[in-house]
Amino acid sequence: MAFASGYFKITYRSDLALVETRGRRACLCLLGAGLIVFPLFGSAFFLDLANQVLLALVGAIALMLLTGYAGQISLGHAGLIAAGAFTTAVLFKELHAPFWITFPASGLMGAILGFVFGLPSLRLKGLYLALSTLALHFIVSYVGAEYETKRGFATGVVIDPISIGPILLIDQRLWYFVLLVIDVLLILFALNLIRSRTGRAWMAIRDRDVAAEALGIKLSSYKLSAFVISSVITSLAGCLFAYYRGFVSVEAFSLMMTIEYVAMVIIGGLGSILGAVLGTIFVVILPYLIEGFVRILDVPSRFTTYMFSINHVVFGLIMIVFLVLEPAGLVGIWTRIRNYFLMWPFKYKPF
Amino acid sequence: MQMVVNLIVLSSLYSLICCGYVLIYRSSRVLNLAHGEFMAMGGYFLFTLSMGIPFHPIPSFLIALGFSLALGFAVYFFLMRYMAGESIFAAVLVTIALGILMRGLLTLIWTSQLWYPLQKLGLENNSHPLFGGAVISTFGIVKVLAAVLLYGLLLLCLRFTRWGLRMRAVGEKPLLASQRGIGLHKYYALSWGIGALSVGLAGMIQACDSGLDPGMFIIGLKAFPVVLVGGLDSLAGVIPGALIVAAAEILTIAYISPHASEVAPFAVLLLMLLIRPWGLFGTKEELERV
Repeated sequence: MAFASGYFKITYRSDLALVETRGRRACLCLLGAGLIVFPLFGSAFFLDLANQVLLALVGAIALMLLTGYAGQISLGHAGLIAAGAFTTAVLFKELHAPFWITFPASGLMGAILGFVFGLPSLRLKGLYLALSTLALHFIVSYVGAEYETKRGFATGVVIDPISIGPILLIDQRLWYFVLLVIDVLLILFALNLIRSRTGRAWMAIRDRDVAAEALGIKLSSYKLSAFVISSVITSLAGCLFAYYRGFVSVEAFSLMMTIEYVAMVIIGGLGSILGAVLGTIFVVILPYLIEGFVRILDVPSRFTTYMFSINHVVFGLIMIVFLVLEPAGLVGIWTRIRNYFLMWPFKYKPF
Repeated sequence: MQMVVNLIVLSSLYSLICCGYVLIYRSSRVLNLAHGEFMAMGGYFLFTLSMGIPFHPIPSFLIALGFSLALGFAVYFFLMRYMAGESIFAAVLVTIALGILMRGLLTLIWTSQLWYPLQKLGLENNSHPLFGGAVISTFGIVKVLAAVLLYGLLLLCLRFTRWGLRMRAVGEKPLLASQRGIGLHKYYALSWGIGALSVGLAGMIQACDSGLDPGMFIIGLKAFPVVLVGGLDSLAGVIPGALIVAAAEILTIAYISPHASEVAPFAVLLLMLLIRPWGLFGTKEELERV
């Protein structure tokens, strides 16, 4: 039996377990029950908020894998989401393709884009790569805008909801459960991926690429695999996004969206899946929090018209504060608090 | 003929913007992704001053330049200083955050309306006929002149003055430089200051030429490919880089479509990254290729 206060693993089975203690298992069960019961009580507003969080979480986990684990900056995240959404939109409009074609097609598009724009990463490090992904963003949004204007969908493409047999996926509650299942599966996939050879190789590359190569990790293929896996997931998120909104337009995928995703992984804490979850919740809810705050403060109405820019300012400030003062992010704060109570009255783990 | 003139004007604008990227990158190895916002800030400073002291273009310009310089210093001392020694990755992310913060402040203070500081300054943007039937605007000429002047001054200063030498030393080997008694913070701050100043100047001229709105930062982003084509750490490489990127952009406008010109610089960037990632004049050792 393993305990949080030390390392007491004596079987391979317990070493492989994702959930270590009975306490944690109980907490997880409670959380799961809470998540399942939530839509029965939550109002439409909270349900939509939860769906937004769940939807953004897909993209955030993809970015976390790439930035947090493989250590590659990407500024093309919105571009990749747009690529997924537009693949869905184009296939739907031109071929009336159903969900089970558009979904894998978006993934395939993500894989191709990830491969092509990941190619510079074989020759380049960090910053240069960020620029290549920035190029990806502009190119994808250009192609999307061209499609919209050429085909006469000037304001955007409308997409019908998914129909699985007789069920039409339009109800918020139904969406919630679908997204929840997808997210849980994705989290399990990510948690297992980062424990596997691939994930450990990514982390080795992130921490010191020269050393990683000396250890026999093939940098080129692992960097590319990080890119491809992350962009496939991101494009799938784009496909879901298209169906959830029922509407695809270039304007939705601005650079601001990329920055939001980057903020999610930074604020959450780089190099942790829990961080991606916390960061996503924080970033998605933040604008609503600010709006509520502004309403309570009763500031002059001049400012309420600038909610958008107030969001920008607060956003930038919070990102800076986290980067400068708390690089480990929300997860760092959480672990510190947890350890304080776990170790009490000691300060460190007794090894 | 008109295309050649446009090419020269556009590439001077790009050179003005990119000079800041290169200076900051060369000294502190940080790629300033908030550069476009610095540019817009410059424009807005000029606009504010033109409201405060109307019809005095020269003092307005000078004070606005001073503000830009101060902005660069402030950003270094209050923000980037704390990122020294952190990973470059984190420093670049901080500049992204700074960019979003500044963009918010811009619209909060000056709203997202389109402003024309030119009228307040009492200047006119006439078009002058050139040989071959081409036309150039007054501020087109100003752009070219400013770029030539700035580059001349910078290259001379970096080569022949004491602080220029020190700045180069700091860029090459910070540890050695500091051991020889060069105050690193001072020179990092100086490079941020000059970077902000030059890009602010670009913003001011651009604001006079075609108005001012918060979307201006996009121009700063579009100037990125220029630095990469020229080589991230090469000041002299910016000019050929600017010419190439501007040529790509203008040719796309003329022969493909104006929409496509938005992506032309980035297509050039991708090509360059694949063929010669360190740029035309960049140092090859700059890239740690692993």
